[in-house]
Amino acid sequence: MAHIPDGLLSAPVLIGGAVLTVGGLALDLQRLDESEIPKTAILASTFFVASLVAVPVGPSSVHLLLSGLMGLVLGLRAIPAVFVGLLLQAVLFGFGGLTSLGVDLVNIAFPGVAAALLARLLLAKAHGLGAAAIGAGVAAFTAFTVVGTAACVSAALALSSADYLPSLRVIALTYIPLALVEAVITGFVIAYLKRVKPESLGLTAQPEGAA
Amino acid sequence: MTETLYCRDEADARPRLDRFDARTRIVTALALIVAALVVRSPFVLMAGLAGLVAFAWFCELRAKEIAGRLLHAEGFLLVLLILLPLTVPGPAALSLGPVELSAPGLDRALKIFLRVNFSALAVLILLAGMEPVRFGHALAGLGVPEKLAHLLLFAARWVALIKEEGLRLHDAMRARAFKASTSLHTFRTLGFFCGQLLVRALERAERIDEAMRCRGFAGRFVLAAEERPGRSDGLFAAGAAVAIIAAVALDRLT
Repeated sequence: MAHIPDGLLSAPVLIGGAVLTVGGLALDLQRLDESEIPKTAILASTFFVASLVAVPVGPSSVHLLLSGLMGLVLGLRAIPAVFVGLLLQAVLFGFGGLTSLGVDLVNIAFPGVAAALLARLLLAKAHGLGAAAIGAGVAAFTAFTVVGTAACVSAALALSSADYLPSLRVIALTYIPLALVEAVITGFVIAYLKRVKPESLGLTAQPEGAA
Repeated sequence: MTETLYCRDEADARPRLDRFDARTRIVTALALIVAALVVRSPFVLMAGLAGLVAFAWFCELRAKEIAGRLLHAEGFLLVLLILLPLTVPGPAALSLGPVELSAPGLDRALKIFLRVNFSALAVLILLAGMEPVRFGHALAGLGVPEKLAHLLLFAARWVALIKEEGLRLHDAMRARAFKASTSLHTFRTLGFFCGQLLVRALERAERIDEAMRCRGFAGRFVLAAEERPGRSDGLFAAGAAVAIIAAVALDRLT
């Protein structure tokens, strides 16, 4: 439920989201070297595919956001990558909307990228740690990312109309299982990448058997 | 084949719409959604939704496809539709025992329901059936930065490949009798699935990068616009514009 559809938010919130998105994209695209476009695109499509996986939670299921993981692997390039993913999701599958695209990008990508930039700084210092410890650390970060997204979604709705305020508690509750599942799975992904391809996380490969 | 892991509901092509320029379709969809945000009267919104349903029927969309798509948008909506009539203060319109549904809350919920479904239907009809490559070229034609258009075009191209990669991994998991449930084992398996998908994608990215450099790729493709808006596009856009202006005028005057 991180994708807010068209028709819910007020014009000032939509415009605010669009302005932040255009600003973020402009800054990022300027820094994005043209030779990096294919790699960014293929990772964007990978995250798009991975977010289609339905993870069972009790009788229901959740789709992962993977914004924290994207931030870790792609850094700032995650913002255009998430944007492309959201646009494809909105157009092909009907998750989210077109006018709310800006707000959705801010809600999903910004917390992920912010947390990931912080996590990368810490990762760079975590030389001796094993894959399990790093995975657990990243899991904690990821939970915060999802909570950040929940806070942004709540703020977008609350700023749009005071009528939404009582409903926000219920909407916020639905993020708890997502935060837990996303944290655990991202932790496992990171532990896996640390063992198999540490350079994808900006780490140097360690000799066999060290991890 | 993949029902357990993936949701599969990509839309079919729209033969009756494909003759129009993709840019016309994108701009019309956006205009319709913005109009739905501007209109305040539930009756005008209802008429608009009815008009769109008729248009969907004209474009030969199946009822199943429409229903499946509209259900996607309803997660948020369900919470709001139930809670708004109960929580918005105002005179009661309907009391069911101790539960009172307020009139402004019902009005709010009805409008949201109509707006969200109208917008989702507009995207479904006009955009969902469009080839992603065509969509990317049209966006570039509408002034979206070239780097972003390239990113979208490449990503749309590779989604199918990565999905195949994911299906291969999924087949391997099923061959080992993997069944998703709410358990740490499932989460670990899906974590390794995503991790392996990423590793393969990164390696594929390196191969693609080398192959493209070999062919002299310097970071730019020429985005050749093959489409030219014709007379039918003008008629289509004019029809949509008249309908939107009439709806907004009716909404403001009544």
